[in-house]
Amino acid sequence: MSFANVGRGDGYDRGKRHFAHMLKRFLIVVVALGVLGILGLGALAWRPAIAPIAPPAPATFAATLVATGEALAGGGHCADCHTVDGGQKFAGGYAMATPFGVIYSTNITPDPETGIGTWPEAAFTRAMREGVARDGSLLFPAFPYNHFTRLSDDDVKALYAFFMTRLPVRAAAQKNGLPFPLNVRYLQAGWRLLFFRPGRFETESRKSAEWNRGAYLAEALSDCGGCHTPRNLLGAEKSGDAYAGAVIDNWIAPPLTAANPAPVPWTQEELLAYLRDGVSILHGSAAGPMAPVVRGLAALPEQDVRALATYFADLDHADDRLASVGPAVARAMSHASPGVGEDDVDARLTTAACQSCHYNSGKAPLAVRPDLALNSALHLPEPDNFIQVVLHGIDAKDGIPGVVMPSFGPALDDADIARIAAYLRRTRTNLPPWPNLQSKIAAARRSTSALP
Amino acid sequence: MTKFRINGRAVVIDAEGDTPLLWVIRDDIGLTGTKFGCGIGLCGACTVHVGGRPTRSCITPLASVADAEVTTIEGLDPQGRHPLQKAWIDLQVPQCGYCQSGQIMQAAALLKDFPTPDDQDIDAVMTGNLCRCMTYVRIRKAIKQAAAELRKGAVK
Repeated sequence: MSFANVGRGDGYDRGKRHFAHMLKRFLIVVVALGVLGILGLGALAWRPAIAPIAPPAPATFAATLVATGEALAGGGHCADCHTVDGGQKFAGGYAMATPFGVIYSTNITPDPETGIGTWPEAAFTRAMREGVARDGSLLFPAFPYNHFTRLSDDDVKALYAFFMTRLPVRAAAQKNGLPFPLNVRYLQAGWRLLFFRPGRFETESRKSAEWNRGAYLAEALSDCGGCHTPRNLLGAEKSGDAYAGAVIDNWIAPPLTAANPAPVPWTQEELLAYLRDGVSILHGSAAGPMAPVVRGLAALPEQDVRALATYFADLDHADDRLASVGPAVARAMSHASPGVGEDDVDARLTTAACQSCHYNSGKAPLAVRPDLALNSALHLPEPDNFIQVVLHGIDAKDGIPGVVMPSFGPALDDADIARIAAYLRRTRTNLPPWPNLQSKIAAARRSTSALP
Repeated sequence: MTKFRINGRAVVIDAEGDTPLLWVIRDDIGLTGTKFGCGIGLCGACTVHVGGRPTRSCITPLASVADAEVTTIEGLDPQGRHPLQKAWIDLQVPQCGYCQSGQIMQAAALLKDFPTPDDQDIDAVMTGNLCRCMTYVRIRKAIKQAAAELRKGAVK
């Protein structure tokens, strides 16, 4: 008996017993609801396995269908996630560091044991449209079936033909690093209930055929929102905030709407150059996670890339802002000379490190000299992309084809890179300084070396 | 294994991807015209062309030039008679000569971009190429002389 009960009568004990009784009933209800919920979720999550087949002979697929599938696989940048650096194409094992833990991509070559060799077309289609594996288990939404669900039947068929005719590679799936209970696949049913809306791409009748083709590619195939749309706490794209920009793999995927802070709007022409050639003269090079996307798009016919450019130029209302292009370029070019010959250590450092390649004079920047006063990364609210490019450079296969930006990471220390970043931001934009540059550079170095 | 082309010839290099291109050019391929200066991309002595663009090879990882086209001072002109090389000899630009191959490679790219360079263009683009002997005045003069010859060639 506790001290607090001394001197209290029966009424108090009766009340306490009643409370305990109520609590017990309440807990029974909670547990019952919980069990029902789990059973319900289980029922919702249960998907039948689809019987395996003997791997179909490549010759059973029409060559034209395979070729279409190859172009689509490029545009959908499948190899981007389903291939490890230096590994066999589409054999999986690529680590995706999600906020929930590391998820490894799977082998999508037609190896019968470790790949999708025994998947009938119905299983492949179900995976693309509903995110369910052949054995009935639910796939994690790191695989963007929420986008692929909108693909046309013909395109899914072509993709199946393409993957089933690849060279089979034996590569067993790696164990994901998701903690319990996130690793329980059937709990995915809850996520789906909340965020997954199966369906087909719907044509917008008020828009042109080209616009609709671009929208289809962006929404159903290329999964642009996968990086450029912010996600909620449960990792689902915020549908009301489409293409508003997000952070991915230590890079900023900038907004693709009118909120994009680049000094020159992304017009159809600039988007086309960027998506087709990897570089826009008035914005900069495709680097980081965007570089393989551009390489993938090269497999699509040019009119498809043009359609994507048309769609996004409309999304960011570039046409309403065409008048700002000339003045923005003129302003940028008026910045081209400051620093040269100045007796200022920041200016001298920046000139020595950057201007041998980035300096411009005259009325317009040269295509081979991406001007920093027009550079998108320099105009973002955070310096992440600027830091990444300076630290790691750009390979010959990325950005301007065949051209390299060296990696200044091993050469310059954090303080020097911070000085260059601050100087360029101060002299090439009208935007407020980036705060805490040095610590952000140090963090970027740490996170790169910690990538799985 | 990294494959690329250097001065028109295909090479396959068996070295770690983060090996500086400069080491590969000098030690593996044996072209020693390109020099090691500071090792941090701030003196320009190691400048080569990658895809026709001036590139500091000491901070360029080997992996980044896979399938690219690299040109060194040995490959700038088959006879060593690039207008810049002629102007360099004519005006006796070098003193100790250590930085000169980097200077010439950077200047060659400058002339492609700015056929009529003024002093500001030269200062901006060439500031990253240091010369401890202070031959800057002759470098500037040689660049202008070569530019004039290239323009004459273009008219012909």
